[in-house]
Amino acid sequence: MSLLIKKEGILTTVQDLGRDGFQRLGINPNGVMDRTAARLINLILGNDQNEAVLEMHFPGGEILFEKDMVFALGGAAFDAVLAEKPIENWRSNGTKNGDVLKFTKKLIGNRTYLAVKGGFKLEKWLGSASTNMTANVGGFNGRKLRKGDRIHFNIESTSKQESLTPGISNSLIPVYSRFPTVRFIAGAEFELLTALSQHVLLNEGFVISNDSNRMGFRLQGKALYPLYAKELISSAVTFGTIQLLPDGQVIILMADHQTSGGYPRIANVIAKDLPVLAQLGPGDKVAFQLISLEAAEQIMLEFENDINLLKTGLALGRYR
Amino acid sequence: MPAKSTRIFPLGENALTIEFGNEISERLNDLVLSLVAHFDTARFPCFVEVVPAYASVTIFYDLLQVRRSYPEQADAFTAVQALVEQAIVNLPERQQTESRIVEIPVDFSIENAPDLQFVAESHSLEREDVIRIFTAAVYRVYMLGFLPGFAYMGEVDKRIVVPRKTSPRLKVPKGSVGIAGAQTGIYPLESPGGWQIIGKTDLELFTTAEKSPCLLRPGDLVKFTSGAQAPSRQ
Repeated sequence: MSLLIKKEGILTTVQDLGRDGFQRLGINPNGVMDRTAARLINLILGNDQNEAVLEMHFPGGEILFEKDMVFALGGAAFDAVLAEKPIENWRSNGTKNGDVLKFTKKLIGNRTYLAVKGGFKLEKWLGSASTNMTANVGGFNGRKLRKGDRIHFNIESTSKQESLTPGISNSLIPVYSRFPTVRFIAGAEFELLTALSQHVLLNEGFVISNDSNRMGFRLQGKALYPLYAKELISSAVTFGTIQLLPDGQVIILMADHQTSGGYPRIANVIAKDLPVLAQLGPGDKVAFQLISLEAAEQIMLEFENDINLLKTGLALGRYR
Repeated sequence: MPAKSTRIFPLGENALTIEFGNEISERLNDLVLSLVAHFDTARFPCFVEVVPAYASVTIFYDLLQVRRSYPEQADAFTAVQALVEQAIVNLPERQQTESRIVEIPVDFSIENAPDLQFVAESHSLEREDVIRIFTAAVYRVYMLGFLPGFAYMGEVDKRIVVPRKTSPRLKVPKGSVGIAGAQTGIYPLESPGGWQIIGKTDLELFTTAEKSPCLLRPGDLVKFTSGAQAPSRQ
């Protein structure tokens, strides 16, 4: 009733949808970068959407299943093979004791997710299984997974027949690209940008720099300028906040962002588009589209409605 | 009643910030703590969390729940904004509860205070003067951020104010007490950092304990004491 890290991946951590409620103490939520991927694969397996998953980067290492188990992959496509046979994302797969999961090639995206039916047996910290790598707490011993780590499952084993679902082919699955356009709403200091800088932000592409990680993506592009230098005292920021740095470049705060910041907050990427953004890596290019807050709320409502429909559909066995 | 300069703006479609102003002042921070206390007491189930900063409060909310709870409002932002506006009309200027006073012993000996000499020289003072001035004040915890349990405190006496280091250290040891402008703070964990380090405490500012993981909370008052170890006997 466990899996074993047979070969270490470059950055594999345990994450769920995050640790809410402690930002006032400087403890940020952490959690998966691609929330939609984590939610969908949990739903496919009949899990709670917040069940902990493994977030893997490429190279993803090798995972040995030590029991018959049902699992699902989603997010980035790393050309996964299970016991030497190719498997697809967004569907459940059955494993036999001794099967090894490998990732052979990075096709699209930078973070792939693994969920197991029933979830992983992990002690939560402050209500969440997400790994806080700043404080080295949460997840699996507060750190990334290493060779020889063994993670237990909540359920003994699952026979294939009872729980395999053919997966979902659904508009809910994010459309990943190396050159996506993501939508944002204006932030508190959007109007602080010169008209020309606003135009640049909305019409030029920005390259994800090498200096990008789970804390934030630094973008490279034409410099943006404020109308005047504005000193800000620190206030709360969030996943998706786009800040203007003193050198005219921008940073997008990601899942491991600090709880507060003092740079101008020019925009916030909408929740629906964060997964597509989160799958980018150094060298990829992003473009932006400004939408209204009302539109952003509507997009989120429709998305959550679709998630609920999927949930109901899966519960009724419509996808079997 | 908060200042006229108050503005409310969205922080994404799941949060909004109420900004009472853009300065570090006890008056604005009193308003912040007062508003947070209001929402903590009233307990709105559609709120995920309420986060205080120097002069602002950010409310993270569950968009769906807000829409369900306030269907009469055009959108979730407007609904939460209305709750905030209702709350701030009758907001007491001060928190009703008394502040906790937390005493923090600091070792100012040279190996734990790499920048103490710099602070002294910047103001033509002796190291002892800096320690005396620093420990004479009572500091208010304005907010926590940057690291788990990192408290932004003020206000540092003008006679010992120094700017951040131009080039941050890659590793500031856990427990280091620093000054940056008129702010002081303690690193709860080893971390990169640019504050001028004038001492070190052995108190745990952050633990992984489930119950109250952080020593300090917004609104606390902090008194540093010189807890330098007595020189070991020869």
